[in-house]
Amino acid sequence: MEYLIGIQGQDFVLVAADNVAAHSIVKMKQDQDKMFKLSDKILLLCVGEAGDTVQFAEYIQKNIQLYKMRNGYELSPTAAANFTRKNLADYLRSRTPYHVNLLLAGFDETDGPGLYYMDHLSALAKAPFAAHGHGAYLTLSILDRYYRPDLTRDEAMDLLKKCIEELNHRFILNLPSFSVRLIDKDGTHDLEKLIPVGAK
Amino acid sequence: IYDRAITVFSPDGHLFQVEYAQEAVKKGSTAVGIRGKDIVVLGVEKKSVAKLQEERTVRKICALDDHVCMAFAGLTADARIVINRARVECQSHRLTVEDPVTVEYITRHIATLKQRYTQSNGRRPFGISALIVGFDSDGTPRLYQTDPSGTYHAWKANAIGRSAKTVREFLEKNYTEESIATDNEAIKLAIKALLELLESKEIETLVTEIEKEKEEEAEKKKQKKST
Repeated sequence: MEYLIGIQGQDFVLVAADNVAAHSIVKMKQDQDKMFKLSDKILLLCVGEAGDTVQFAEYIQKNIQLYKMRNGYELSPTAAANFTRKNLADYLRSRTPYHVNLLLAGFDETDGPGLYYMDHLSALAKAPFAAHGHGAYLTLSILDRYYRPDLTRDEAMDLLKKCIEELNHRFILNLPSFSVRLIDKDGTHDLEKLIPVGAK
Repeated sequence: IYDRAITVFSPDGHLFQVEYAQEAVKKGSTAVGIRGKDIVVLGVEKKSVAKLQEERTVRKICALDDHVCMAFAGLTADARIVINRARVECQSHRLTVEDPVTVEYITRHIATLKQRYTQSNGRRPFGISALIVGFDSDGTPRLYQTDPSGTYHAWKANAIGRSAKTVREFLEKNYTEESIATDNEAIKLAIKALLELLESKEIETLVTEIEKEKEEEAEKKKQKKST
């Protein structure tokens, strides 16, 4: 039901998430923000079991901040991703696993932009583009076809819009709006919400 | 054995371990804190380090969160523990109530921690006093002081450590509405308070050193000219 997508460019990462918080067949909230700011240049996009998502994401968020206070500098995106994965893995074989699917997007001063795909079985993969949810089945092929590593910000945005349009066209559920954010060397930037218009 | 109390009352009502801890604090390098109108200032006496020691590893002013800082006087190792616990509590508070700590809250947390160690089996009190500064969400600047006994008070200006008494007396005389009128003035007051310490020994030794160096340079130049 929920949808996450991330696209990495040469010097940025573009991410988007749908805004619906549903319980069974009812849309409880239409402006839910599923992105969590782990630090100035790292975003965690989190979907899955209600409650688990916020609980897990906020726990990671506060631990990343604690690292900053203790050490005087922030964790790199790679380190943050691996820390998150370790936590997920540890809880997986406990009585209280977290059923969440994540995308971690960040910008590192030395390594540049990075996008990490993580799922509820604690798999971790660094990828140039990734998506979660049923919508991923419809959009990964579009990304396969049109993605290039040297995409400009506008081109990445157009690619993102293509994906959202396809959801609007073929996905059974109506996802009325998507939050969009961009991470680059200057930090996290909020972009305009994407509101797909009418079915094709 | 961890079942025996170490901090116990003396017949005349003293907790000697706590008082000895306070003595340890008096041996530490001075720290001064000043609360201005829109600013809080922390200043610490920089202890001269050994020649081969890397200076920058001696950090006496520490951030507890984005909006709270503390400086300490006393046992550095004890301070590290207290600071770490405070940092964890700052994040934990944000996690549970979705709000940053107030300066008073975190001070109370640290003070409670210190008190617990004056009433636990097998443990000794922390040998540090702390000056905790920061701004609450409503923008009010705060300065608090804690000591090994676990008490805490709010202050307009205070000093802890070696020459705390001298510095506090200086502050009592010089802390006025004018002296903290602007941010710069408040910072200057903190620096002036610390300079009070350098009076006797250090400035004189530094001056003697400099004079000696000058003489040596003059000698060298003379020798060069003659050859």
